[in-house]
Amino acid sequence: MGGVRIQPRTSARGSEQPYRVLVFEPGERKELPLEFNLRKLASERGSALLPGHRMCAGCAAPLVVKLASLAFRGPTIVVTATGCLEVSTTIYPYTSWAVPWIHNAFENAAATAGGIEAAIKALRKTGRMPYEHVDVVVFAGDGGTYDIGLQALSGMAERGHDVLYILYDNEAYMNTGIQRSGGTPKYAWTTTSPVGSVLLGKMEHKKPIAEIMVAHRIPYVATATPAHWADLMRKVRKGLEVNGPAFIHALSSCNRGWRHEEDLSIEVMRRAVDTCYFPLWEWTPGTGYLLTDRSLAIARNPKLKKPIESFLELQGRFRHLLKPENRELLKQLQEYVDTAWEDLLRRASNAPK
Amino acid sequence: MKRPETPIYPCEKQIAVNVNGDEAIAYAVKQSYVDVIAAYPITPQTIIVEKLSELVADGEMHSEFIAAESEHSAMSAIVGAAAVGARAFTATSSQGLALMIEILYIASGLRLPVVLAVVNRALSAPINIHNDHSDAYLMRDSGFVMLFVESVQEAYDTTIQAFKIAEHPEVQLPVSIHMDGFFLSHTMERINVLPDQMVLEFLGGPRKPVKVRVDYYGEEVDYKLDPARPLSIGNLALYDYYFEIKMSQIIAMRRSERVIRDVNEEWHRLTGRRYGNGLVEPYRVEDSDIVIVSMGSSTGTIRSVVKRYRERGLRVGVLRVRSYRPFPERDIADLLRNAQLVAVMDKAIGPGSYGALYQDVATALYHSKNRPILVNYIYGLGGRDLSPGMVSSMIEELQGDLKRGYVEEDVRLRFLGVRG
Repeated sequence: MGGVRIQPRTSARGSEQPYRVLVFEPGERKELPLEFNLRKLASERGSALLPGHRMCAGCAAPLVVKLASLAFRGPTIVVTATGCLEVSTTIYPYTSWAVPWIHNAFENAAATAGGIEAAIKALRKTGRMPYEHVDVVVFAGDGGTYDIGLQALSGMAERGHDVLYILYDNEAYMNTGIQRSGGTPKYAWTTTSPVGSVLLGKMEHKKPIAEIMVAHRIPYVATATPAHWADLMRKVRKGLEVNGPAFIHALSSCNRGWRHEEDLSIEVMRRAVDTCYFPLWEWTPGTGYLLTDRSLAIARNPKLKKPIESFLELQGRFRHLLKPENRELLKQLQEYVDTAWEDLLRRASNAPK
Repeated sequence: MKRPETPIYPCEKQIAVNVNGDEAIAYAVKQSYVDVIAAYPITPQTIIVEKLSELVADGEMHSEFIAAESEHSAMSAIVGAAAVGARAFTATSSQGLALMIEILYIASGLRLPVVLAVVNRALSAPINIHNDHSDAYLMRDSGFVMLFVESVQEAYDTTIQAFKIAEHPEVQLPVSIHMDGFFLSHTMERINVLPDQMVLEFLGGPRKPVKVRVDYYGEEVDYKLDPARPLSIGNLALYDYYFEIKMSQIIAMRRSERVIRDVNEEWHRLTGRRYGNGLVEPYRVEDSDIVIVSMGSSTGTIRSVVKRYRERGLRVGVLRVRSYRPFPERDIADLLRNAQLVAVMDKAIGPGSYGALYQDVATALYHSKNRPILVNYIYGLGGRDLSPGMVSSMIEELQGDLKRGYVEEDVRLRFLGVRG
C-alpha cells in the first residue's frame, strides 16, 4: 500500500521509552487539559512530532508544531501542505508523526482538511466515528498559504469547515532554497529578490495574511510565535475550541534563509515582537482585536518598544539595510512598522487609549 | 450457448425512470451511500452537482456536500475524505478536469478509491461546451480506472459498479466514469433502476477501508486516518522506494481487469444487464473483415449503420472499448484476430501524432499473427455530430481500402466531417 510504514524506534540509550504514537482507542472520551507546567508537559504529554525528523538545527517550524500539539485536546488529524515540514518529517519508510497525518499537495491543504472534516461529520452521522470530536489541524508554510494555497484557504474559511489552520511563516520559499513569497518582508534578500545595484531585495511589503483571514469573519484569528510559547499554546486551544474555521499566523524563523546563527531563532522571534514588526494579537467577531502577551505589555508601556534595527541586525538577509547609504530605506521601514502598530493600537480594544 | 439464468431482480421488477445522463449518475450516487461529495459546477456536468445538492438539502442522503471553490479543491477534498475512510465522489468536465489533474495522480498514488464522473467535453481553446474526448485523454496516465459508457442506462449502472471496482481489496484505485457531454448528459432516456437497499447490498454496505500491515503496530490496521492507529499518508518517497510503490499501483491496475469483468457479471446476475465482458463490447466482430473500434455514445450510431451494411452482406463489425484504462489489450488482439482492416475512431487527437485509442489498438495488434491494416479516424471535435451518413461514407471508404489491400502512409490518419 502506498505510503505507510512506521518503524518502532528505541533510543540509543536502552533505558529510555521508545517513541510512542498518540493512540486514542475507539470510544475513549478524554479531554486533555491545557497544561503549562513544563515538567508535567514533558512527562505526561506526547508531542505530535517525534524525534528523528530531519528539519534543520535551528528551524522554528518543529517548535510551532510541538507547542501546538501540546495544546491538542484529544484525537487530532494533521494535514500539512508540501514544504520543509512535510518533506523533512515523513521520508518513507519513516515518519515523525505520532498522530494521523496526511499530505496531499502544495496548494490544497485547506481543501484536504475541509474534506476530512466533512468526512468526520458524515461518519459520525451514521455511527462510524467512535469519538466525541476529532480535531483537524493544518500546518502550512507561507508559500502554501499566502500564495499558491490562498484560494483553497479562503474557500475553506468561507464554507465554515471546523478546521484549525496554522501558518508557519518563515517568510520565503525555504524548501526550494529561499525564494521570495507573498510573506517575505520588504527589502529582504532572497534568491529571487537578490540585493543588486538597482533593486535592494524584495521591493514589496508582506501581505497582511492574518487580516485577510479576519476579513473572512471566521470565529478565531491570531498571531503567535514559538518564542512566546504559552501564548501560542493558549491560542491553539482557543482555535480548536471554536466551532468553525480558525487561523493562527505563527512566525517561524529559518536560520538558513534569514541568515542568522542557529541558536538565535528564539531571540530573533522575540525581537520581531519587541520591535512590533510582528505584534501578537487575537481576534474574534465578538471581541475584535485584542493584544496579547508581550505586545500587550508594549502597548501599556511604549518604552518597551525597540527600534526595527534590533530585529534586522541579527539577520544577514537585511544586512544591506544597515549600511550608511541605505539609511533612508531603514527609516521607511521603521515608519511602516510604526504606522501599522499605531493602527493596531487604535483597533485593539484592550490597548490603553 | 447456455441459456442465461433469470436475474435476481429482473428488468420488469425494476423501477423505470425518465432521466438524462447527469440525473442518472446523481441517482446512482444517491443510492451508493456516498459520504462526501465535493464538486464545482461546469457545463455539461452541472446537473449532477445540482441534483446532488437537492438530494442533500432534502435530507435524502446522509452525505456532506462541499460546494468547493474550484475543481482542484473538490478533488483535494475527496482525497481527504477518502483518507478518513469515507466513500467520496466528485464530477467534472473539460477545464475542470484539467484543473484537478494534479490531484488525480495523488488520489491514485495514495490508493484512495474515489469515484469521479467525467462528462466529456472539449478542452479550450477555442472555448467550447460540447463533447469530445480531449479531456478524458488528458487524464489517460493519471492512474484512474477509466470506463466509457454508451448510454444513460450504462451511466447509471457503471456509476454503481465504479464504487465496487474502486473499493475492491485487490484494486484500491480511483475510478472515472466517462459519459459524453450533451449526447448523454442532457438526453432523456427511460432507464431501469434498482431499489436503494439492493444497491447498498451490491456494494456490501458503506465503504470499508482495506487492512495494511504496519510494522510498528505488529498487526494489520485500517488504511485510514484513524486516531486509534495513527498512520502517515502521503509521505515523501525517493529513489529508494518510489519505484516499488508505483509498481504496486501498476499491478493493481492490471488486476482491476479481472475485477471489472467480475463486477460486470455480478451486475448481470442481479439486473440482467451487462456490457460485453465489462472491458470490451463487440458487435459481430469475430467474422468481420472490417472492424470499427470506438468509445462512448457514438458507438450506437456506428452500430446502427453497421447493421444495415451487415444486412447487405458486408462483413463489418464494431468493437466498443468500455475500459480505456486498464486497456484490455489481450481481448482486443483476440477479437481482432480475423479482421483485415481496423478503423479506430478517436474523438481527440494529440497534434503531431494520432488519436490515443488508435495508438493503444496499434500496440495491442503489433504482436498479432495476422496484423490488419490500421487506420485512424478523428471525428466529432468540439461536439460535431457523427451522422449515420458520415459513418456510411466511412464504411464505403474502408471497403475501397480493403479491395486495394493497402493504405498509403499519408492517409492512415483521416478527419471525418471537417471542412476545407
